[in-house]
Amino acid sequence: MVLCRCENNAWFQKDVPIFDFKDESVVIVIGSGAGGGTLAHELTRRGIKVVLLEAGKRQSLETFSQVPGEAFTQLTWLDARTQSGTWGVARDFPTLPVWHCKTVGGTTVHWTASCPRLQAWELHAKTTYGGMAGSSLIDWPISHEELEKYYVIAERRMGVTRRNDMPGLPASNNFKVMYAGAKKVGYKQVHTGHLAINSRSYDGRGFCIQQGLCVQGCKIGAKWSTLYTEIPDAEGTGNLDLRTESTATRIEHGPNGRVTGVIYRDNRGQEQRQKARIVCVAGNALETARLLLLSDSPRFPQGLANSSGQVGRNYCHQITGFVWGIFDKPVYSWRGATLAGVIEDEAIHDPRRGFAGGYRMELVTLDLPTLPLVGLPYGWGRDFSSIMENYRNLAGMFINGEDIPRADNRITLDEKVKDRFGLPVAHVHVDEHPNDLAMRRHAQGQMSKIYEAIGAKRVVIGPIPPATHNVGTARMSADPRDGVTNGWGQTHDIANLFISDGSVLTTPGSANPTLTIVALALRQGEYIAQKMKAGSF
Amino acid sequence: MDKALPRREFLRATTGLLTGVVVAASPLALIVPQRAWAVEMTALTTAEAATLMAVARTIAPHDKLDDAAYAFVIKAVDEEATRDEHTRKITKEGLIGLGAGFSKNNEDDRVAALKKIEHSEFFQTMRLKTLQVLYASPVAYAYFGYEGEAFSKGGYVLRGFNDLRWLPDVPLEDSGPLPM
Repeated sequence: MVLCRCENNAWFQKDVPIFDFKDESVVIVIGSGAGGGTLAHELTRRGIKVVLLEAGKRQSLETFSQVPGEAFTQLTWLDARTQSGTWGVARDFPTLPVWHCKTVGGTTVHWTASCPRLQAWELHAKTTYGGMAGSSLIDWPISHEELEKYYVIAERRMGVTRRNDMPGLPASNNFKVMYAGAKKVGYKQVHTGHLAINSRSYDGRGFCIQQGLCVQGCKIGAKWSTLYTEIPDAEGTGNLDLRTESTATRIEHGPNGRVTGVIYRDNRGQEQRQKARIVCVAGNALETARLLLLSDSPRFPQGLANSSGQVGRNYCHQITGFVWGIFDKPVYSWRGATLAGVIEDEAIHDPRRGFAGGYRMELVTLDLPTLPLVGLPYGWGRDFSSIMENYRNLAGMFINGEDIPRADNRITLDEKVKDRFGLPVAHVHVDEHPNDLAMRRHAQGQMSKIYEAIGAKRVVIGPIPPATHNVGTARMSADPRDGVTNGWGQTHDIANLFISDGSVLTTPGSANPTLTIVALALRQGEYIAQKMKAGSF
Repeated sequence: MDKALPRREFLRATTGLLTGVVVAASPLALIVPQRAWAVEMTALTTAEAATLMAVARTIAPHDKLDDAAYAFVIKAVDEEATRDEHTRKITKEGLIGLGAGFSKNNEDDRVAALKKIEHSEFFQTMRLKTLQVLYASPVAYAYFGYEGEAFSKGGYVLRGFNDLRWLPDVPLEDSGPLPM
């Protein structure tokens, strides 16, 4: 029995099915985050049986820890990764190149819910920016008009603020600082953001009570997460078999080259083989690429769906970085929704700034224990502690900009480091493109001006934290030589193998990726259901 | 298995003691059950604990923050040194390297001594431990004014999330109404 949700958002206890390991009619979805959780709901509500494999445990509003370090351990994917390259993350966070979740609901449990849309020109990055040396840019294989149709559905589903009839969130102290500074330097598009956080009760969930700890798991469920929306909805259909603490280790194929099922380790560490008609991979850009590479075979010696050699390549993570303003009066930035504020004027393509692509400036803050570990540049002694002494008076912003795909920024298998099942872990390599560096410098300069315009005593440029917006490692492409999937997330090589997470984003653009991942999952679910009905696969 | 055994061993193995008194004017005096405190050490001696206290106070110097807050750091290092032989070794060797007079030196001299070993495993371990533990303690929450978890109190929506008055309010069209 699990707690399910039915169409009028009432909660009820219901038996959920356990599908047979040999049932070849099921669809396996690997990963239960923004992509996998949404896709599982879309398929099950159309009567399709889904086995959803999730490597992590199931938490709930009741079990979310509100102790920062404890919550981090409760939700984060902490299995080993290795890394190399010139990006600052390799130096500052050598053991944690990326920060995403390992729990039912995936990274939608700790996300800060920012939901901007990609703009039309961002889907034509190669055409717009021209041939850029040292890049592997291509254009998206789908049109912006097509994507917009699904953005509208996704925003309604998730209850995004300042869209449809969901009001914006009220202004917090931290946002008041950002707003006043931004207006002083002449920015026009400054508001509390498009967030998948209820500003009023919606979807059977309550409104935001400005707790602050968005990345610890939203105790009141005002923030959209597949954990308590799409997944219990899918369970309510009677077509979802969710298997937690189940880690996929290999996707199998038959003699005709079509996938036949998935080998995984179950919650007792035992190996299981689940048969399937279709397999959809949504394990976040690192694990999705790793699983395809781990599934190599005599027929696919470079890994599954990798005849192009593009699996794991073109890894993008967006340009990020903290900027802090210290004032002589209190801000209490920790009170309130973490990311409820944005400046959008720089989310444009204007080469006169010295770089291609755009960025957003987003509100941010960190709780006291996390600030010195993640938010401040390396340091100790008087200078370091003087920043901490000003914690009450600290205001914060975060850069979120487009980074440039490069063929050699990629995920590979690290044969020297093995996980607990003896399989090579993911290795991340990132060398920043000169465009990335120029954009970050520009953003840091503008954000400094914003705080200085309203009398900041000091501006502190923080480090680049472990990447959270991991995309591009199985990208969609019109030409099968340039990417891993077509415009539906269906792999070019194998018709019944789909990629259903941020890995498919052709380029990252300047928008936080979750809304786009959800929109593409909604569209993919519709496509798979139509094709199944027509007898494909 | 006899569950009492580790406790007995723990007591027998106690080698050092870190003690202090929270000053009456400190904000901590309001939250600690009694002002005198003592922390038992199992891996470190009293002298080693005192030197480590000076190391932590040099890495993250907050003059008005009571020793009681830093004692959490020393306790955490001691626990790790009890559990892990390698930590015990680098800690003891690192402290010997700093010398017995380290904690008596003035701050400039202490900074200079730590600068010289900044890239050592000992210093990097102590720096990380200090940052991880110092700012996560209830004592630090009180000192820095951090209010922490708010769900149990109804969030900050009625408790000051928008109480900043030294800048103009944001027009409604760029923000939104209060939910209630």
